[in-house]
Amino acid sequence: MTPRTRLLLVLVGGAGIAALLVAACLRLPDFGGDSHPYGDRAVAASLARQTANTIASVNFDQRAFDTLGEMTILFAAVVGCVVLLRQTRDEHRARPEPADVARPVRRYALIVLPVALVTGLYVIAHGQLSPGGGFQGGVVAATSLHLLYLGADYRALERIRPVGMYEVGDALSASAYLITGLAGLIGSAAFLANTLLPYGTFNTLSSGGTVPLLNAAVGMEVACAVVVLLARFLDQAVEIEEESGK
Amino acid sequence: MADAVIVVALVLVAGCATVAVAVRDPARQALVLAVLGVVLAVLFTAVQAPDVALSQLAVGGALTPLLLLLSVRKVKRRKGRER
Amino acid sequence: MDVLPYLVAVWIFLVGCYGLATSRNLIHAVGCLSVCQSATYVLLLAVGYRDDATAPVYSDIEPGSRPVVDPVVQALALTDVVVGATVTALLLALVIQVSKRHGTVDPDELTELRG
Repeated sequence: MTPRTRLLLVLVGGAGIAALLVAACLRLPDFGGDSHPYGDRAVAASLARQTANTIASVNFDQRAFDTLGEMTILFAAVVGCVVLLRQTRDEHRARPEPADVARPVRRYALIVLPVALVTGLYVIAHGQLSPGGGFQGGVVAATSLHLLYLGADYRALERIRPVGMYEVGDALSASAYLITGLAGLIGSAAFLANTLLPYGTFNTLSSGGTVPLLNAAVGMEVACAVVVLLARFLDQAVEIEEESGK
Repeated sequence: MADAVIVVALVLVAGCATVAVAVRDPARQALVLAVLGVVLAVLFTAVQAPDVALSQLAVGGALTPLLLLLSVRKVKRRKGRER
Repeated sequence: MDVLPYLVAVWIFLVGCYGLATSRNLIHAVGCLSVCQSATYVLLLAVGYRDDATAPVYSDIEPGSRPVVDPVVQALALTDVVVGATVTALLLALVIQVSKRHGTVDPDELTELRG
């Protein structure tokens, strides 16, 4: 197929989809409308279980099984990346030369690193109270470690980041989520049911039953996953070279 | 007032998305995607979704562009060695 | 204003699809795919918005004192943002493999190689 016919095909098909989507949009409820039956019920259920952040309650209590699915996708994607980006037999590692980094950049990175790391952990820990949670805090904590690449050099980063440990951590936190789910079978008859732990006092760190536990498991999993992913990509981009003469 | 912020953010998001597709060089596209991530985070804050804004800021503003740039570097380095 | 957010979501999705179809570089195509993804976030959050409402977080407001926006769609968008990024990483890993095996990341050249 020539690029010209392909473009024509895309334009015709796109015009059809556009027409259908616009027709659908015009019949959707108006933006900002007042009728949100699911939302109202989710808020009521969340308040009944003493979880201040209703979004955390939806994620880790009312739709916890859905989050298990999301987490499995995340885990599978990380495993896929690790397999695809491994060092093959015809490749070797070249030690990257330490590069000169401007002093202000270096100083700024080293000052911000602990602040960013603590912010990430705070965001994970307060997931059931304020905006944030395992998904967001995990990414912040994991990317903050990589400021060390800017502030010091690649070798310093490798020292605080034994990738194998993070791979184990990823698997452990995924199983922690499953085990917390199985524990739900003890208190009641449902997988991932939030009935085992007391709901606690509204708006305190230990409120919400199993929500903080699942939240912490997801936070650890996301942090480990992002560290492993970035490590594999950095390896490929900085260290691994193909054998010359091939 | 809130409506005005939402409309401005929506227009900016649509514009950034168009530019991100129109820029054909992947390294520059990664930078535009980082801007798109930040603008999306502003839009999500304006429609009262701070949780989503936070994750969009971390993922769209930092993680995805970083992964794209690392891939560009890997692919370019291979091409450079072949020549 | 009533349908503008939905139309913006449609626009972002179509622009991303156009970029995917006409891209000459697989890395650029992955970037276009993440543009397509952001259309779903805009659509979901637009569906859940309520005029003059606040965020559904009760750590600093009295429950029942103010209307809040729909938390269900926010939870959907939130998990998708992070999981989508790891799927993007998987696609980029595939692109790196393609470039190792075939020495190019141009989809047209790849088709010629196979044909």
